[in-house]
Amino acid sequence: MGTTYIPVKTILEELDIDVVLPPMSSKKTLELGIKCSPEAICVPFKIIMGNILEGIENGADTVFMLTGCGPCRFGIFHALQNEIIRDMNLKIEFITADRFSNLAGLKEFSARLKEASPKNNYLKIFNTIRKGLKILDAVDELQELTNKIRPIEINTGEVDYLDTNFSHEIRKVHGYDEAMNLIIDYKEKVSSVKIDKTKQLLKIGIVGEIYTILEPFINLNIEKKLGVLGIDVARSISASEYVREQLDFLPFVHSGKKTIYQAAKPYLEIPIGGHAINTIGNSMLYKKQNFDGIIHLLPFTCMPEIVAQCILPTIEKEQDIPIMTLVLDEMTGEAGYMTRLEAFVDLLVKRKDLKNEGNSLSWN
Amino acid sequence: MTIKVGIPRALLFYEYAPLWISFFNDVGAEVIVSDKSNKRILNNGTIYTVEDACIPVKLYNGHVLYLKDKVDYLFIPRIMGVYEKEYICPKFCGLPEVVKYSIKDLPKLINTKIDLTKSSNMKDAILNMGSYITTDKKRIISAYEKALIKYNEHKSSMKNTYINEQNEQIMIMGHPYILYDEYLNMNVIKKLKSYGYSCITPDNLDDDLVNEYANSYPGKIFWLFFRKMLGSCLYLIENNFFDGVIYISSFGCGIDSVVAETIERRLRRETNIPFMLMTIDEHSGEAGFNTRLEAFIDMLEWRKINENNISTHGNNLYSRENNIRGVRY
Repeated sequence: MGTTYIPVKTILEELDIDVVLPPMSSKKTLELGIKCSPEAICVPFKIIMGNILEGIENGADTVFMLTGCGPCRFGIFHALQNEIIRDMNLKIEFITADRFSNLAGLKEFSARLKEASPKNNYLKIFNTIRKGLKILDAVDELQELTNKIRPIEINTGEVDYLDTNFSHEIRKVHGYDEAMNLIIDYKEKVSSVKIDKTKQLLKIGIVGEIYTILEPFINLNIEKKLGVLGIDVARSISASEYVREQLDFLPFVHSGKKTIYQAAKPYLEIPIGGHAINTIGNSMLYKKQNFDGIIHLLPFTCMPEIVAQCILPTIEKEQDIPIMTLVLDEMTGEAGYMTRLEAFVDLLVKRKDLKNEGNSLSWN
Repeated sequence: MTIKVGIPRALLFYEYAPLWISFFNDVGAEVIVSDKSNKRILNNGTIYTVEDACIPVKLYNGHVLYLKDKVDYLFIPRIMGVYEKEYICPKFCGLPEVVKYSIKDLPKLINTKIDLTKSSNMKDAILNMGSYITTDKKRIISAYEKALIKYNEHKSSMKNTYINEQNEQIMIMGHPYILYDEYLNMNVIKKLKSYGYSCITPDNLDDDLVNEYANSYPGKIFWLFFRKMLGSCLYLIENNFFDGVIYISSFGCGIDSVVAETIERRLRRETNIPFMLMTIDEHSGEAGFNTRLEAFIDMLEWRKINENNISTHGNNLYSRENNIRGVRY
């Protein structure tokens, strides 16, 4: 899921577990996944399925994955994938960890890690998890920085060049120290890119289902595409924020969960699973922060987001903020997608101009 | 003048109809249930709902539209889950929102939150539901108790349909709002009966038995429907009473995509019971549906006649007894 593999890889490496990284998600991954997945399931399932198969090709014998127990299908992924793999006569073991939204869950998570690496004691495991979380934060910061710099860079493509290099190199490093150094190194590189501070930017917020937001292969690199079009992109969900939301029962972890739920209240009172309430809440927050537009991403047949999709048109009207919904699946064509993005951006530009003119008129 | 409460005849109405109707009648409201689904209701619903929603939700909106101007209150409960740690589809949790933001000028909603996933305390929800109609708490509670008895009677009456080994039987699986909505499933139960097969639905099986079987599944089960379907499927695998399984799913249903796949894989791996998955949406034509159904039945019939004679052991190769893989020659 996007860059989430980096901290997980670091955690496992620190624990002396051999990590086989499946190659970056690609068309081949998706095709492998589609072949053996049920047709009506969402794209994330298909991609993960493909990842597992490619991992097996590269010699993996155990799959480590998080699960959750909620109304969304995510919690049942591993069971179904297990069935499918069994039918394919492949031998692979699943180590699953339930989400860790309470102490017991956290304990189980470390117990699972211990199962995979019996040599380590709990103290080391806890320490390693902490290190992993640090990496997670650092990676997200780097990405945010990349997104901030991209639209205002003077030499187009410079940031993207660094971004691509980073994702190649991070796969080669081993362990916490090397990974952290690399991230810091790249942070410096990205911030030293020449920028044009005077450039006027449109601000677009991305809301929606977490997997489609975080995985650039599924959302066809939406952040990059918008950045190139000269747009300041903010994404509502990041992996680190997600983990923080899960962990915020601990007194020293703070997440924006409460603010988001509060903001969503006029339209959706209670969480209904998945990220529907985050979608609504974040849309409201973006409106308050005077964003120019919102893009809503969801995988086809995603259950919680359909509810959000029902509500968004009302928000669009009542709060006066343009929202575009993009449904993504394996049939999404890049050209059509690009056209819609460009059209949306054009409309936003026009809208901003009109607004500015209107303002100046009223001053006369 | 009595207060009119409208209940759309869709989604969980098919599961809880006796409970809801009797409850609202007893607290002193007049209950109006929308007409049986028909083309007009579905078309109206389709127009007002986002495209990506599944057909039962669209149909639900159609029923709401039908009731809209006829009632004072619309009963659209927000059902999070009815058993501990078991949820149902997120669309049910957000149902009041789905309706509210799709259709304008609605009457007042009774959108009580029914959440039994964390504790099984029903009282607050009941009082809240009744408070729209009357302030008399005792009356609300007694109405609920009466309604519950009726509901349980209805449930156990469904279990009475006997499952016997002699009958030609087909198991029909799917959500109750598809299985019992004759318009949505194009009268599949009646059609199968006309071919001489009797239909068993997962509701006809004993709940405890189903749960017992479902518990042997390795993954955590957190959907009510999943538990029911899976339990029935595992029951099927062990007990050889069925000639075939038909799973009716609605296009885009998130839960069905997991459940149907799991069941199909289990059945294919462990038995020889024929399985057919039918997906319906608002474009489904009845003729195509019939053709597939007839083909399925033909196949079942041919199996009995033709494939029986192949065995050299004097044992029928594909009789019902041999549906279980282990027994198969």
